[in-house]
Amino acid sequence: MPRTSPAQRPLSPHLQIYKPTITMVMSILHRVTGAALFFGTLLVVALLVALAAGKDAYGTVQAIYGSWIGKLVLFGYTWALFHHMLGGLRHLIWDTGAMFGREARMKLGWATIIGSVGLTALVWAMVLMR
Amino acid sequence: MAQFQLPKNSRLTEGKTWPKPQGADGKLANNLREFRIYRWDPDGESNPRIDTYFVDLDDCGPMVLDAIIWIKNKIDPTLTFRRSCREGICGSCAMNIDGANTLACTRGMEEIDGPVRIYPLPHMPVVKDLVPDLTRFYAQHASIEPWLKTATPAPEGEWKQAPVDREKLDGLYECILCACCSTSCPSYWWNGDRYLGPAALLQAYRWLIDSRDEATGERLDNLEDPFRLYRCHTIMNCSNACPKGLNPAKAIAEIKKMMVARQF
Repeated sequence: MPRTSPAQRPLSPHLQIYKPTITMVMSILHRVTGAALFFGTLLVVALLVALAAGKDAYGTVQAIYGSWIGKLVLFGYTWALFHHMLGGLRHLIWDTGAMFGREARMKLGWATIIGSVGLTALVWAMVLMR
Repeated sequence: MAQFQLPKNSRLTEGKTWPKPQGADGKLANNLREFRIYRWDPDGESNPRIDTYFVDLDDCGPMVLDAIIWIKNKIDPTLTFRRSCREGICGSCAMNIDGANTLACTRGMEEIDGPVRIYPLPHMPVVKDLVPDLTRFYAQHASIEPWLKTATPAPEGEWKQAPVDREKLDGLYECILCACCSTSCPSYWWNGDRYLGPAALLQAYRWLIDSRDEATGERLDNLEDPFRLYRCHTIMNCSNACPKGLNPAKAIAEIKKMMVARQF
């Protein structure tokens, strides 16, 4: 039987087809790193609790954090922290109404990612060369 | 809430590949450009599909709009899209071309690598093919009351404005309401029912800083809302997309500044 009511309108594709821009990707990363920092804070809390609990507990946590997988997680945490911090500074600049021009906003985006990767590498170079 | 996946009835399927056109000499045209275009037929029963067309560049103008008009005239008269002025002033032919929102009439085919992919403006209900339903978009524009509001009696002549105040409207009044910006904004995708979107907010700012307007406080009151204004997270897709080179993200930042400034 032929349909008597109009077909339900489809939703046009969005995320699936939109070409990522640097400002868009940095916004997504700001969210992702912000969420990751929540779990990173738990790592700090675990360390402090272990410190308060005594030598054995602290030694256990230190062993976990010192293992290669622990280091990998801490490396990710370091990057998330730097990225979110630089992202926050970028938002602070935009809050003043500055650097909204095409060139400026693209440069700020690239500065955020290059800066966060650079600072993470610097910190870890210092850690590993100790 | 953000719904990243398309609803079931909106998922894309592979459509028809239309035959390659013949040149003026009757042989297969040799200067072809591939087009992959979103199709949806409200009279059918099936999901949206992507049809493939080949355009004879020797017989066609340089713009994407020229090409889809060529397709409609020469290959498939059912291909549906809005267009009018063909020179970037009416805003009718706004669509998603090569992954970004823009006007088909001002976008050159040469600027695009590979097949030209065309979709309707993103995250909108589709009326047919490349025609989205813009009802809500227009209602949001109306909601910011885009007209001069005054309390003092109207002057005998006109409402006067100093050149320096008039200059503040440059970069704002040129908006053609094509909806490229709002439909490029992920925040508008996820919260378009409550967030006004960059186009409406750019116009809100245009009236907020008009020296002749006397409803600034009332206008700001209407925007003071967690969603209407503050869902802008400076993703900047709006300013990247605007085919008129305007900067809605900047206008929104200025409104946010006015919100803070008026508290002191």
